[in-house]
Amino acid sequence: MDQVYVRPERCMGCRSCEIACAVQHSRSKTLFGAIREEPLPQKRIFVEAAEKIRMPVFCRHCDDAPCLAACITGCLYRDEKGFVRRKIERCIGCWSCIMACPFGVIIRDRRKRTAVKCDRCHELDVPACVAACPTRALVLVDVDALPKEKRRQVVLREAEGA
Amino acid sequence: MEQSKDRAVMVVIDGVKKAGYRFPLAWERYEAQLPQCSFGELGLCCRHCLQGPCRIDPFGDGPQHGVCGATADVMVARGVARAVAAGAASHAGHAKHVAHTLLRAARGEAKDYFVKDTAKLQAVARKAGVATEDKTPEAIALEVAEKALAEFSEREAPLAWTLSTLPEQRIVIFKKLGVLPYGVDSAISEVMHRTTYGVDAEPLNILLGAVKCAIADYTACHIATDLSDILFGTPGPVSARANLGVIKRDAVNIALHGHNPLLSDIMVQVAREPELLDRARAAGASGGINLVGICCTGNEVLMRHGVPLATSSVSQETAILTGAVDAMVVDYQCVMPSLASVAECYHSKLITTMPIAKIAGAQHFQFDEASAKETARRIVEAAIEAFHRRDPARVNIPDVSYSAVAGFSAEAIVGALAQVSGEGPLKPLLDNIVSGNIAGVCLFAGCNTVKVTQDANYLAMVRELARNNVLILCTGCAAGTFARHGLMRPEATEEYAGPGLKGVLEAVGEVAGLGGPLPLVLHLGSCVDNSRAVDIAVAVAGKLGVDMDKLPVVASAPEPVTEKAVAIGTWAVALGIPTHVGVVPPIHGSRLVAGTLTAGIKELFGGYFIAESDPLKAAQALLAAIKERRRALGLAA
Repeated sequence: MDQVYVRPERCMGCRSCEIACAVQHSRSKTLFGAIREEPLPQKRIFVEAAEKIRMPVFCRHCDDAPCLAACITGCLYRDEKGFVRRKIERCIGCWSCIMACPFGVIIRDRRKRTAVKCDRCHELDVPACVAACPTRALVLVDVDALPKEKRRQVVLREAEGA
Repeated sequence: MEQSKDRAVMVVIDGVKKAGYRFPLAWERYEAQLPQCSFGELGLCCRHCLQGPCRIDPFGDGPQHGVCGATADVMVARGVARAVAAGAASHAGHAKHVAHTLLRAARGEAKDYFVKDTAKLQAVARKAGVATEDKTPEAIALEVAEKALAEFSEREAPLAWTLSTLPEQRIVIFKKLGVLPYGVDSAISEVMHRTTYGVDAEPLNILLGAVKCAIADYTACHIATDLSDILFGTPGPVSARANLGVIKRDAVNIALHGHNPLLSDIMVQVAREPELLDRARAAGASGGINLVGICCTGNEVLMRHGVPLATSSVSQETAILTGAVDAMVVDYQCVMPSLASVAECYHSKLITTMPIAKIAGAQHFQFDEASAKETARRIVEAAIEAFHRRDPARVNIPDVSYSAVAGFSAEAIVGALAQVSGEGPLKPLLDNIVSGNIAGVCLFAGCNTVKVTQDANYLAMVRELARNNVLILCTGCAAGTFARHGLMRPEATEEYAGPGLKGVLEAVGEVAGLGGPLPLVLHLGSCVDNSRAVDIAVAVAGKLGVDMDKLPVVASAPEPVTEKAVAIGTWAVALGIPTHVGVVPPIHGSRLVAGTLTAGIKELFGGYFIAESDPLKAAQALLAAIKERRRALGLAA
């Protein structure tokens, strides 16, 4: 399964992922169209900083998703690709999901009083945030291949040290 | 996206690819930059103080103010103003360089330069308010040069070149809005001042500052053109060829690239010296020395000497990829630093010449007006030396070049028209505009950009406009595009001009003794020469007794790149001309600024920007603007 992976050491804090996310969730899907829309589209990814680290924080689409468990109306559901998405008409604005989410990446829609969250750009092969990252701080990785790659890096480091 | 509509450019790029060479050109470097930063694209970042960089979130979640409190409107307006200032600084630098040379020539301190065009000197002296009676050309030139240089510093009165070249009604508007500059450099410096930390925070006031600076830019451009004509001659129609096919296998090829005629014109004189030609032939170059132009230095020597034009700005690197350019000599502006690394892969020598424009990896031949020919000779010798090392196996010169008739300065156009009618030279132009044979006039200016397939916008637009009987003028790399594609030939007139326009171009060409119609597009000069188009428009407006914002005259920069283009576009709008821009400028982060530049500004100056990246829609918008003005003048639209 592919996951969006963050390499904080590469993040420049440019917020390109935030802009690309808002554009992707606009009606026009273009930058110049999106900034003129009413209401303005909202981003689902958030570049945060603490000490010397900055990195985008966004929905992990957890396998055991607290938001999903907390949703009392069946608005949140897991789609066929495994992404946690919304059936927006079922949202009553109880904000249980916002309280349950350990990452703080679910927010309120400015106008509609519904929850807004990442849908992993389910209609795209590569999510907009990943495509927009100029330094490839955001990359799409196969979660099952990642441990193997990390083990290889360990061996490489050992070899360099030797 | 395809890199270029220019077949020659594609042949060279494909050749390099097939040969397996891997070094990135501008297009690949652009790909590597993608995605480009959206804050920058919208003009919503500011680095003007050390508390920044600041950004404004266009979607309203994040910050709506910079640390200082600057809003999106302020940031975008500041960005526009600074771009205009940078453009004006470039033209000012160019103009001052020519003025200093004229001064030194008049004083006898630069023996390779002299007053070549005394008629132009007289005309310019009149405009500048220099008395000419009983004076030698040198004495007049000295005063003109001094007067020109005095236009740059802070003065207590508006500039002679602004006041004497624009209609009085325009000057009244400029005065009323406080945008009449009192010094070219002073206006540039004022923009830098008012856009620095904690000064001007009224977005519309900042934009007026940008307009003021743009009018200073216009003035600098006009000075550069006038003084270049005095030193090197006012261009007249000249035949040459254009595109990469002008590079010769059997000659020492020297490409002249950049913007200024000061060195390049001397290069043309020196490259014809028998001794150097003999040396080139002795080195095995049976074809002798072949100078070719790139970008606007290319335009300068094309229009004055018929030096063939090899290629234009965005494809400058491809000249070296032909493997047959022995030296590329550059002065300043639009010279990509990447040339050094491309030249490194060949035998080609990249030669920089200006103290303010060196490139790591290039060879520097310091240029000084006092020893111009000596430097030029040393450069030619270096090229001959490089020719020895040319690898014939790597030579790939595309068999593409078109004939072009260039060099239609305002004087040349008026001269050609004068032969048509005895009742004043502008009469035939006016009559044909009134009758509708000529619907209007469009000036194409500006660059080529990686953001558009090279030349695509120009080609699509020019065909549409010419078909609708719009008379086409062009400068700079717009001119380069049309020359490279064969649109500066009489044949192009036959092929693309609408019936009314074709009739006029045929009649004038016939009378002017060109043995055929005038070319479809008239080459006015390099990009610093846009004031030549203004001179024609001002004369027409004067004859009609209206201000410039009433004329069916439009301008277009369909593939712009430089800050100079921003400055030129801004003064075109200030002069009352609807001006199209084919690449989205970084203004859309502010509705106020974008709205002002594309609409609101019309109420102040009559001109306005048309931002449209679709070339056919852009052509329609320009035609609509022309029609609107024709109707207002009571002419059939």
